[in-house]
Amino acid sequence: MLTLSHYLILSLLLFSIGVAGVLTRRNIIVVLMSLELIFNSVNISLAAFSYYLHSLTGMVFVVFNITIAAAEVAVGLAILVCVYRRRRTTNVDELDELKG
Amino acid sequence: MMEQVFFYIFSIIAVISAISVISARSAVRSAFYLIITLMQVAAIFILLRSPFLAAVQVFIYVGAVMVLFLFAVMVLDIGREKLVAYMHHQSVIAVPAVIVFFIMGAYMIIRGGWNVSNAGFPEAALAKSSEVIGKEMFGRYLFPFEVVSLVLLIALIGAVALVLRGREKDKQC
Repeated sequence: MLTLSHYLILSLLLFSIGVAGVLTRRNIIVVLMSLELIFNSVNISLAAFSYYLHSLTGMVFVVFNITIAAAEVAVGLAILVCVYRRRRTTNVDELDELKG
Repeated sequence: MMEQVFFYIFSIIAVISAISVISARSAVRSAFYLIITLMQVAAIFILLRSPFLAAVQVFIYVGAVMVLFLFAVMVLDIGREKLVAYMHHQSVIAVPAVIVFFIMGAYMIIRGGWNVSNAGFPEAALAKSSEVIGKEMFGRYLFPFEVVSLVLLIALIGAVALVLRGREKDKQC
């Protein structure tokens, strides 16, 4: 019997892998992909809660979440292209102008 | 029982390819592993009885977002940076911290007593979940829907404006 805990553990596992990717990778595109992993883990837990708590609000929320994720990727990759044109790098260690 | 087998198949493939996303050396391989993970998440959505979400996941994530990522990889010419060490030096600290975070979270989930059963979920509502989602979205959630569409429009205009202005500045220099 599948319970809510199964889906939450899967969601937590994908979230942890995404956080590990954000913290360990140097290529900023792969960092953005790890952010997508985190988004997906949140979507899984929202859908699981909506299924097990008998409420369709979670499903509607997942649709909104996916839309916002698409907008975020569009803006993020546009910023990335601009940064690459100016700095000629995608290494997160070299993008430290704001550090002061 | 059958459902459990499929859940384990989908989640094991998803987790393995997610680990491959963050450990693959080239960004193109990461993108393709991410496509596999997103497809498995779509399958998980089908296990949660929401085929509409699975379709949206495949259309938007695999169809739009990943194509955008592959375009970015192509434009940014990542290939020549493969020789640089691809892992950050702080991963020695970060990976154990994330593992500890996962263990704590899993402990909380397992011991938290969230074992709600889905007994009594109306099968009729499951059979037409797409219809119900559509009615909810254009009924009770009409205002958030409009706001989200506006956000999407602003994001697309912003992306185009960013890239266009950057190119003009490049020509001036």
